[in-house]
Amino acid sequence: MHRLVLALILVVLGSATVFAKEAPPASSNPRLEKRVMALASQLRCLVCQNETLADSPASLAADLRAEIRQKMEQGESDKQIVDYLVARYGDFVLYRPPLMPTTVLLWFGPLLLAIAGLAWLLYRLMRRHAPDSVPLSDAEHKQAAALLAEQEGGTQ
Amino acid sequence: MQNTTMNENLGAPARGRTWLRVAVPLGLFLGLVILLGVGLTLDPHRVPSPLINKPAPDFQLPQLHDPAKTFSPKELLGKVWMLNVWASWCVSCRDEHVVLLQLAKTGVLPIYGLDYKDKRSEGIAWLQEFGNPFKAVAFDADGRVAINYGVYGVPESYIIDKRGVIRYKFIGPITPRDLRDKILPLVKELNGNA
Repeated sequence: MHRLVLALILVVLGSATVFAKEAPPASSNPRLEKRVMALASQLRCLVCQNETLADSPASLAADLRAEIRQKMEQGESDKQIVDYLVARYGDFVLYRPPLMPTTVLLWFGPLLLAIAGLAWLLYRLMRRHAPDSVPLSDAEHKQAAALLAEQEGGTQ
Repeated sequence: MQNTTMNENLGAPARGRTWLRVAVPLGLFLGLVILLGVGLTLDPHRVPSPLINKPAPDFQLPQLHDPAKTFSPKELLGKVWMLNVWASWCVSCRDEHVVLLQLAKTGVLPIYGLDYKDKRSEGIAWLQEFGNPFKAVAFDADGRVAINYGVYGVPESYIIDKRGVIRYKFIGPITPRDLRDKILPLVKELNGNA
């Protein structure tokens, strides 16, 4: 019985390879391909929104990579291609949000919060030392000395 | 033992500041809750289009039903119309199709289709089965015209005014509420002005 189950599992797993397709041929120019992927990794896939155009398996991502490749072959610069995509899809297509008045809080917020937190922590630590620095009066010094002498006398 | 002095020093600051100690963190927490609550209502998949109030990109594509004929948005200057991007493989397009058929019946807004990355035969069959609200359908086999329009999913629809400027973009299927609250009023407004 166990052997049968194992055999079935192996057959099912083995058949998965039938569905694996050959990767589509990259352009014959590996340098161009590198440039395409470098730019694609700075752009966002709008379908799988937390992935870059380079990583996303969505068909739109493949189409946009092809678009990028074709434009690069036609001699367009990275900036021209990015401008082309932003004009059609908006700033969201950039993987890193551009630094604008509306995104300043997004970029610097965590840093500001960390600094504020640290500052508050330091302030609290400073205050804790304050009571210790209350100076003892002369009478209290004598009292402390007397108590200490008593202690030492007692333990011997 | 004379230790009351030290205790008094430690006890004094707490009194007046208790309220502040409660109010400040609570205030920050409530602020955060409101911010995140609003965020939950936003849908990141509705990417706003930068093409609003810009001229609709021109194209010339073969028609779905008759490849010998072409379709171009230039033909529709002077009219308010809708460009609906759909595909036979798109499931949610079927939901909105009923609404489009209703809209086409009213005759208020001509609808033109853009068949996105589809097989010609399947596109034709789909319209035959579910009804055809389109005055004409442009066949965008490789989806490059759609990219020019900033399409990133189907269905998407654009309302274009008499001067050929995109005035509104719908992302996702159009609901009867969209029809009633957004489309019909907008079309009335666009038809009223030149």
